[in-house]
Amino acid sequence: MPITVNIPTILRPLTNNQKRIEISGFNVLEVIDQLEHQYPGVKEKLITEGESHSFINIYVNDDDIRFGNGLSTQLRDGDSLTILPAVAGG
Amino acid sequence: MLTIHAKLVEAMLAQAHKDHPIETCGIIAGPAGSNLPLRFIPMRNVAQSETFFRFDSQQHLQVWRTMEMRSEEPIVIYHSHTNTQAYPSRIDVQYATEPRSHYVIIPTDAVYREEIRSFRIVDGMVTEERVRMLDSYKAEWELSMVA
Repeated sequence: MPITVNIPTILRPLTNNQKRIEISGFNVLEVIDQLEHQYPGVKEKLITEGESHSFINIYVNDDDIRFGNGLSTQLRDGDSLTILPAVAGG
Repeated sequence: MLTIHAKLVEAMLAQAHKDHPIETCGIIAGPAGSNLPLRFIPMRNVAQSETFFRFDSQQHLQVWRTMEMRSEEPIVIYHSHTNTQAYPSRIDVQYATEPRSHYVIIPTDAVYREEIRSFRIVDGMVTEERVRMLDSYKAEWELSMVA
């Protein structure tokens, strides 16, 4: 069940500077858990108290998971998961 | 220092005043590593707030993918402050994740005049920088004012 994960610049120090990582998982949370297993420290940058962090946008293919099933959003073989830090402020 | 074409500054000011009192936001993309803002991209503020902005997440993804295809990066990330001075707020600093970008703030309250200010924000540290406006770029640097 390979999923391509697109890693933003800010997280690349944790992923040996890799921009794209192939990883397995049936939903977004499983992929993040696998990432954490291989690259410790990634998960706490993405998830707070069981929800994706408000500072981060996570997309499955073209869709923001906040408008889907959040971390439970299902993945299929060949899907891409893109992580982008939100651009926001006051 | 931020070096920027005067037309891009005019475009940011025009957008900020049009959106006032709602905060405006956007980026100016340029070739990766060039430090040269060229392509003006206004973004939708989904917060539609006088005190907060957030890029529309779908537009954000689309714009970032296009930049990647074109080997660009966000040289400038801009937003307006509609009733405070043009200095990064605590929340601006919390959300700043691009150490290579110039964070530009446009004040739209007449009290703070019409001067944009530019900052680097790295690991929570804010450093103001000089803004040098040019009336022309070299001929090979083409401005793009349409998203």
